[in-house]
Amino acid sequence: MKKVLSVRNLSKTYGTGCPLCIASTGPEAETNVCPHCGSVVAIHDVSFDLYEGEILGIMGESGSGKSTIVKNLYFDQIPKSGQATFYDTDQTHPLFELNSAQQRWLKNHRFGMVYQNPHLGLNFNISAGGNIAERLLMSDLMHYGEIRQRVKTLLARTEVLLSRVDELPRNFSGGMQQRVQIAKALATQPPLLFLDEVTTGLDLSVQARILDLIMEIQQELNTAMIVVTHDLGVIRLLAGRTLVMKYGRIIETGLTDQILEDPQHAYTQRLVASAL
Amino acid sequence: MNAQLNPAVKTAYNFGFLDEYAKKEIRRVTLKAICIPGYQVPYASREMPMGRGFGTGGLQLSLALIGQQEQVKVIDQGSDDSVNAVNLRQFIEMTCPGIDTTTRTQDATLIQSRHRIPEQPLTEQQILVLQVPYPDPLVIVEPSEDKRKVMHGEADYSRLLVKLYEDIVQFNEITISHRYPTKINQHYVIDPSPIPRWDVPKLHQSKALILFGAGREKKIYAVPPFTHAEPLAFEDQPFRVENFDDASGQRRACVRCGCQDSFLDEFTQETGQKIYQCSDSDWCEQQLARRSESGNS
Repeated sequence: MKKVLSVRNLSKTYGTGCPLCIASTGPEAETNVCPHCGSVVAIHDVSFDLYEGEILGIMGESGSGKSTIVKNLYFDQIPKSGQATFYDTDQTHPLFELNSAQQRWLKNHRFGMVYQNPHLGLNFNISAGGNIAERLLMSDLMHYGEIRQRVKTLLARTEVLLSRVDELPRNFSGGMQQRVQIAKALATQPPLLFLDEVTTGLDLSVQARILDLIMEIQQELNTAMIVVTHDLGVIRLLAGRTLVMKYGRIIETGLTDQILEDPQHAYTQRLVASAL
Repeated sequence: MNAQLNPAVKTAYNFGFLDEYAKKEIRRVTLKAICIPGYQVPYASREMPMGRGFGTGGLQLSLALIGQQEQVKVIDQGSDDSVNAVNLRQFIEMTCPGIDTTTRTQDATLIQSRHRIPEQPLTEQQILVLQVPYPDPLVIVEPSEDKRKVMHGEADYSRLLVKLYEDIVQFNEITISHRYPTKINQHYVIDPSPIPRWDVPKLHQSKALILFGAGREKKIYAVPPFTHAEPLAFEDQPFRVENFDDASGQRRACVRCGCQDSFLDEFTQETGQKIYQCSDSDWCEQQLARRSESGNS
């Protein structure tokens, strides 16, 4: 199988940091706030690989550093240390060594991101179609007719009514906004997609349809995805492999079935047992 | 004129009003602006004896560039006689003793203008200074200047293009009438000051040096001679200039000089009838003179 992404020893700390930070935080210490300097160790020493067409789930409680991982990989934040390598079709990119223009190029052309809050992923002052057009324009498509056609195809694919293409996203329901966000993320057919709590806050029937959509896309386009969620149902449905995080560290990793059926770590056991 | 009446005032100010340090700074900034076509170079905009927004940016450029043998023309919306142009011209005459002012475009070596580029093609010997209210075209899509600087640096203008996209979706054409975002030398997009679309193609491969001064926003930028200037547009929705055809498809002519290839201003007469006249008053005068000459001979 072709590798798409490899992450090694990724760390991110908020605050000044001190030599005692790492030893005094983590699952054993039951905190991610360093008692000596007050810095927050958001993630420490995170390593994993992602393969083509694979969906990797990242699971954990609030504040465990799940979202921080994808935010660092999508260049929304700058990591403290660590490496990440993106294996493009004919080239490999060391993500954190690129300059900001190269990072922006990758972000626009090769990555896609769907945030939990549509306000982060969409510009609410321009139409739904305009939002998708923006991403196409970022990838240097300069033909209006073609952009318009692609916008319509994408919104049709994510089941947004075509009569509402030119409406502002604020007139849409939460589920519709999320569909527009997904359409926007898919606009450039990226080989790597980050999904940060995409279904959180949506009602169950809408959740199910969005998850169906994500699975269909994964099968159609063979897109590699990282799915961040605290919802075990989403993990069970989507992810082939799962990382379990607590206080900024990976405490367990393995096939999703294995983790859900036979959890090894005490925290994972509690988490699985507590699922309704 | 006041300076001549009162000799004490005449000696109180340096030639060109600005002190030599201020002129030096503006000249250095201008050189940098020419070296990086379209890049907005910050400078210490001096206090001028008129309000910011009345052309202080353009005026500071003009005063820093004026030499002893200069022939200066000042226009406002194409006219040499409007209040703004007259005041600025008088100020220049007052503070730069010995220079000449003119209204004839071809005689001028330095032209300060607001909202128009003269109809008469400019030459290598001329410098055009434009007064700019808002130097940054990205200000409509990004309020933070820090972020705008990064966007300019990376030539990230997709959000500006989205504005054009939304225009076409809504109105079937790009509706920007003036301050049309224009890409200079294939990198920086500038706000070419509030010139009409009619004047934007004149920036492309212009023989004259074109300088932009924003006094309030403290920025100077340039379109050097023979530089590529390309208005933003889509491949299948090209940029177009104003259309002066009447209902029957006939190109309207100026009522004074009869010129059919100039930018026209619309006036409504007391009878309610609309008439059209050249916006560039010097161009209109010269066309009129040429017509009466050929009429006499």
